[in-house]
Formats: sequence, structure tokens, C-alpha cells
Amino acid sequence: MALDIKSLSSNLGNVGTIYRREIRSYFNSAIAYVVIVVFLAIIGWFHTSNLFLANVASLRLMFELIPAIFLFVVPAITMRLLSEEKKTGTIELLTTKPLHDVEIVLGKFLAAWALVGIALLLTLVYYITIAFLGSIDNGPVVGGYLGLMLMAGVYVAIGLFASSLTENQVVAFIIGFVLVFALFMLDKVLLYVPGSLTSIVEFLGIDYHFSNIARGVVDSRDIIYFLSLLGFTLYLTVTSLQRRKW
Amino acid sequence: MAITVRNLTKYYGQERAINDISFDVKTGEILGFLGPNAAGKTTTMKIITCYMPPTAGTVDVDGYSIADHSLEVRRKIGYLPELNPLYLDMNVLEYLDYAARLHGIDKTKIKQQMNLMIDVCGLKEVRHKDIGELSKGYRQRVGLAQAMIHDPDVLIMDEPTSGLDPNQIVEIRNLIKRLGRAKTVVLSTHILSEVQATCDRVIIINEGAIVADGTPAQLQQEFHGSESITIELRANVTDALIDLFPKIKGLPNVESVEYAGGGDDVHRFSIFSTKGTDIREELFKRAVAERWILLEMSRKITSLEEVFHKLTKTEESKQ
Repeated sequence: MALDIKSLSSNLGNVGTIYRREIRSYFNSAIAYVVIVVFLAIIGWFHTSNLFLANVASLRLMFELIPAIFLFVVPAITMRLLSEEKKTGTIELLTTKPLHDVEIVLGKFLAAWALVGIALLLTLVYYITIAFLGSIDNGPVVGGYLGLMLMAGVYVAIGLFASSLTENQVVAFIIGFVLVFALFMLDKVLLYVPGSLTSIVEFLGIDYHFSNIARGVVDSRDIIYFLSLLGFTLYLTVTSLQRRKW
Repeated sequence: MAITVRNLTKYYGQERAINDISFDVKTGEILGFLGPNAAGKTTTMKIITCYMPPTAGTVDVDGYSIADHSLEVRRKIGYLPELNPLYLDMNVLEYLDYAARLHGIDKTKIKQQMNLMIDVCGLKEVRHKDIGELSKGYRQRVGLAQAMIHDPDVLIMDEPTSGLDPNQIVEIRNLIKRLGRAKTVVLSTHILSEVQATCDRVIIINEGAIVADGTPAQLQQEFHGSESITIELRANVTDALIDLFPKIKGLPNVESVEYAGGGDDVHRFSIFSTKGTDIREELFKRAVAERWILLEMSRKITSLEEVFHKLTKTEESKQ
């Protein structure tokens, strides 16, 4: 048992080392700042026009908008994570160090997820302005943020998977975008789906589960959906990283 | 920390990169992997370092198999891959810290190991610089430093001096020699002087198979053809050139004699003798007896370069 704890702490240590390097790399390069600024600017634009022009003091628009912004922002964050290592050959250094492939994938996943989390955290500014101006129902806000984080987790995992498939960042971005876009659109194309399949397709669509949570109703089915999709995609990524071993 | 390689075979799709390679590396030995490009050197190293598995065959490092105890093996190995990939956006200290942590070095010892590597590899002046700003020579030192940060027992380097200028090559070579003293080192190269300068043992590999294995001296001995001696002499005016040949050829162990030019009464000959014999003494005595004046006598020993050439060219010339 003592041995297990020791190896677990070394696992976490490795994940942490990878995580710190990726976070530092995001903030050393312009990526982190560009992402955060673009993200906040787009939301800010719609938020303020909604607030001042339409006179609506609500966060609903923001929670509808962010999933769409995620579609291209998240693949942009994740596209270089593995493809760059493949292109420069540093993947060979990384994978010949004494650590598991899972630790590499988790460290990188957490770093990108954290960056999205930081961007989301900064949108609390908009929450504060609304809270000052009018009464706000905190249930949907908490649910909304929880839903956004879960959704971001799935998108980051998908983007990371896309990045593991190629050594070209642009290709990784496009694959990532197409995959998350498809997932996002599933519950919006139900009209074109045979009647017997609608409920299945709807259940697979990510936006369906997000809107459930964003209403402030946290259902275990939605949580399970997000977590299982997340786990499955990370598993695929690890498998793809090990492809060199085939 | 011995390495045992047995019947290693690797296919990339349909293409065979290495074919049934077996060899041992003894503890403390510096082994040079010599071969033309695409001979299978890099593939073999990638398998030993657990980057990818072989199609067939086994590798044990200190008794640990790469298939079953990959993590143990990787802990014991320091690896400098081909082309020395590095994170160009990190500075030297950050990068060494990163490498040290990934190797699981005890946190209290990380600083100490980093300082040691910076001293040994001569990185003091550039330690705060981004790796992307460094010259090729410094980058190579950073690559070596990261490979040795955890004081591995086995050091594997794929073309450690490629792309460096002659001064840097000498520097890196000395560094490898100094650091490799207590370690088992495998390095690949296609520069022959490198092998002669640094390695205890050489394996020549061609088209995925081992074609020679031994110390540089052994290989020269084993693969040189006949010994060749060039002489220049002034014969008596009365001696016709045609008469000189049988007088030289008649010496014991002489296989053939070639005329290598000359004029009037000065002649040059290339004399080939049986492997492993030295005919210089007999040659001298004959010259004295015939009253030739010996102007020059030089023995040519097959260089490793020629051995290499011979072993790796054969396949091509067959085609």
C-alpha cells in the first residue's frame, strides 16, 4: 500500500511538471494573452450592447454565446500541445523520460483547461456589473459556469486528441474545430434525423446537456455525459500518442 | 550497466529497417555505432531508449527488459536524440529543471545536479538565455546536460557532433570522453575519426545488419587486405626496369608489384604483401645487395575509413 501511494505521488508529480511547463509556455508566448483578450472582447461587446441597447440586465446571452466562442478558441489553445512536440522531435525526449503517456496527456490537458478556466474566471466582471444593476438568479449562474467548465473540458480533450493526430498545428486546429462543431450541432439538426434516432442524437449533442445544467438543474445524467466523453477522448489521445509503438 | 541486444528486427510497414541484430555492450564501454545514413543506427537507438518497440527481438538494460520494465530502463538511460530536439522557448535553467523533474530527481538534489551539469557542460554564461537564442554548439551542450542530469548509468547519443564546427566537435568529444568514463556509452556517427577518437569498440552496421564488430584496431587488422609498401629507389643505370620486377617479386611474402611511376633511373613501386607480414626488412636487404639507393619507403595501413568503405559499399556495387 505504501508503495502505491509513493507511485501515485510520483504520477501526480509528473503531471504537475508537464502542467507547469505548458502553463508557463502559454504565458511566455502571446497565446494566453491573445486568447483571454479576444475572449473577453467578444463577450464584452455583446454583453454591453445587450445591456445598454436592449436594456436587458441578464447573463443569459453570455451563457449562450460562450459555447459558440469555445468552438474556435479551444482548438486554438490546444492545437500546438502535441503537434508541436511531434514536429520539433521533443516528443522523443518526453516519451523516453521515465513517465507514463497518461501523465503527459493529463498534464497538457489540465494546462489548457486551466487557461480556459482563467478566461472564464475573468468573465465574472460581467456577472458583477449585472449583480450591481439588477437582481440576479444565482442558480443558473452557478450552473452556467459549471456547465461551461465541463464543456470546455470536453472541447480541450477533443482538441488535444486532434493535436495528437498530426504534426501540423493548422491541421490540428481544423480537425479539432470540425469535431467540436459536429458535437455542438448534433442537437440542432434533429429535424433532419429519422424520428427513431432523435432522442439518441439529442442525447449525444453537447449543447443539450449544457443547457440542462445552465438552467440551474444539475442532473447526474448530464454530469455523467460530460465526464464519460471527457474520459473517452483522453483515452483516445493516450492511444494515439502510443501509436508510435505499433 | 550492460546492454544486451538479441535478434532485434524492426519493420516500418513493409520496409525493414534492421534485421536480426544482436550485440552486447559491457559496463563502462564506449561503443560507436558506425554506418551510412539509413543503416539502422537511429532505429536501434530508438528501440533501446523505449521510444518505440521492436517488431521482434529483445533488449535488456542491466537485466531489465524494455518490453516489461520500460520505466526502469528509461530511468537508467540518458538520451540525446538525433538533431537534438529542444524546447526553444525555455531558458537553459528552466529546461534543465524540467528535465530533472521528469527524471524524478529528489527535489533537494535538483539544484545541485543542475549546477553540476552547468559547470561540466560549460553553460554558465548562457544559463539565463532562451535555448532558441543559443548557437548550435551550446544547444548540443544543453542536449548533453539534459541527458545526464540524472547521472544515468547508460548514455545513448545519436550523432552527438553532427552539424558542429571542428572546434566544437573536439569540445563535445572531450566532454563525452570525460563524462563517459564511468558510464556505458553508445553513440552513433558516420564520422570515422570520431569513432577512432572516442570509442573503445565499434559496430559497423549496414542495411540493417551488423557487418563488423571490434575495437578500431581490430577492425583495421581484420579488414585490411594485403599490406602495401611504397618504395622509391635509384637503381643502377645498367639495370633495365623490366629486370627490377622479378628481383622484388622474388622476396618472400610479396604478392604483387605495381610500377608507380618514375623516370631515368628513379623508380617508384607499390608492393603488396601477404596479410600480417612485414617485408620492409627483406626489402632493405635486397636493396643493399643490389646496390639500389633507397630514397623512400613507406608502409600504408588500411584506415578505418577504408574498412568502412569496403564493408558498406559492397552491397551497392553488387546491384
